[in-house]
Amino acid sequence: MEEKVIICNDLTKQFGDFYAVNKISFDVYKGEVFGFLGANGAGKTTAMRILCGLSYPTSGKASVAGFDVYKQQESIKKNIGYMSQKFSLYENLTVSENIEFFGGIYGVERSEISMRRTDLIERLGLEKEVNKMVGELPLGWKQKLAFSVAIFHQPRIVFLDEPTGGVDPVTRRQFWDMIYEAAAGGITVFVTTHYMDEAEYCNRISIMVDGRIEALDTPENLKKNYSASSMDEVFYQLARGAKRSDN
Amino acid sequence: MKQLFVFIRKEFYHVFRDKRTLLIMFGLPIAQILLFGYAITSEVKNSHISISDNSRDANTEQLINKIKSSSYFIVDETSLSEQEIENTLKRGNVRCVLVFPPNFGNNLLHSGKAQIQIIADGSDPNTAKTLINYLTAIIADYQQEISPAAVLPYVIVPETRMLYNEEGNGSLNFIPGVMALILMIVCTALTAVAVVKEKELGTMEVLLVSPFKPIFVLISKAVPYLVLSLANFTLIVLLAVFVLNVEIKGSILLLFLVSTLFIITCLSFGLLISNVTSSQQTALLLSIMGMMIPTLIFTGFMFPIENMPWVFQVISNIVPSRWYFLIIKSVMLKGLGFAYIWKEVLVLIVMTLALLGVALKNFKIRLE
Repeated sequence: MEEKVIICNDLTKQFGDFYAVNKISFDVYKGEVFGFLGANGAGKTTAMRILCGLSYPTSGKASVAGFDVYKQQESIKKNIGYMSQKFSLYENLTVSENIEFFGGIYGVERSEISMRRTDLIERLGLEKEVNKMVGELPLGWKQKLAFSVAIFHQPRIVFLDEPTGGVDPVTRRQFWDMIYEAAAGGITVFVTTHYMDEAEYCNRISIMVDGRIEALDTPENLKKNYSASSMDEVFYQLARGAKRSDN
Repeated sequence: MKQLFVFIRKEFYHVFRDKRTLLIMFGLPIAQILLFGYAITSEVKNSHISISDNSRDANTEQLINKIKSSSYFIVDETSLSEQEIENTLKRGNVRCVLVFPPNFGNNLLHSGKAQIQIIADGSDPNTAKTLINYLTAIIADYQQEISPAAVLPYVIVPETRMLYNEEGNGSLNFIPGVMALILMIVCTALTAVAVVKEKELGTMEVLLVSPFKPIFVLISKAVPYLVLSLANFTLIVLLAVFVLNVEIKGSILLLFLVSTLFIITCLSFGLLISNVTSSQQTALLLSIMGMMIPTLIFTGFMFPIENMPWVFQVISNIVPSRWYFLIIKSVMLKGLGFAYIWKEVLVLIVMTLALLGVALKNFKIRLE
């Protein structure tokens, strides 16, 4: 039996009459790359905010890394990493300073930071750029660095909110290599994306429509069940029925 | 605690690498102090006046020389014809024209009474009044000179003193005002922008997801600006003392303590603004436009608050700089101690607590 790191049971978030998240249930296993899909306005972000300890659910149960989303938000925050669609390192700090800062606010020891930093810089091949401002790096490198910083404190789960927005296909490939590497190292990856080819890279995916999870399986099974040739088609079939959208 | 230190250090990096902000922070006070100290002054110096001398005798000449030798006036012309008087004033070349009627000297010596006319440009009533006062004083002075022996039965000699500012140095009133203005605007705007910037960049999300406490985010944002504002304040004080010759009569320590309090008030206000805005532009507009006008009007250093309609007087009470201005004036110019300013200090403390409370509450609500 694999270890479950995220457990959701009938998780609901209500704003007045509006059910942003409507009784969703799913589990995520350790070391899994879990794709969290859905059209804009389907409730992905709200669900993710609850799991990150940023907001409280209205009802239902959920635990992240073994901690309860109602009572143990602080412990959850210590055990997760986060990277958002908006690029989220400081442009006017150097590569090295960014690493020190984010390591620092997660309470990683000084000596530990400098050890991991050396290792990280070497792996990314950024030796020459260590003391350059992050703003001077090309977007692809920034993105890779942001991901490395998000898992710098060795969290159990990393949440990626549309991490590859605006990145060229080659860099996206490399980015996914890093994701696999992290997953192989035991970090669970919870990722939202709009790119259906990326969805195929996930071990399992869930598709949210109007606050509910309409489908949850491996990409192969989903394609088979919906007799579709690609994830794109599966997604289209499900999202077609959606009543909600951003507009 | 260690996390807080890491965060504050990061904020200092931001501040010192942002040359534009530094320029605003330190350039603005220098420019303002010099502007208010030299260019904008309520004193009237070197005013151009013309004289229409229709008598041309020894007395008019003596009087004209006396006027010429004072630092208040520059005499453009002494033989303006009557027709030209109005034109000269209309063209705005001179602020004031002095008219000696024919036989001025004669009348003065023989009948003991002579008349003189002062025509001032009333479109700027404050300057006009000041000029008339100066001229009247010079004339009275001259009168004393030529008839020292004149013994009047009863004489009342008003002995006037401008307490706390004997020379009528206009910058004395402006310095505390400019201090209040600059601290208010710079602290508020920069703090607001610093927080909103994180929202705009998306780094705020990352910070909120981290175990770092939201309240520490606010503290870390405020600390560098508190330090910089104090440096700024020191700069203003130094400029005031060494460039504008303002003497600090009260305790310097007290001055710094109350200024620190006021800076914290402004920082809290900035944090509050940052909570209700989501773009740097809005934050900047809100803090500069929203602060500048009320601060200018309701602080009381440009327009006396006592003369305002009561509605405005009530409004002026909620403008923090108003209280700070009173405190600074008392301490700096009058040399008063804490016993005289505790009420104003209390008002500022209450305002700060209220602002901080609302800012923190808002910050938490936004997290939900």
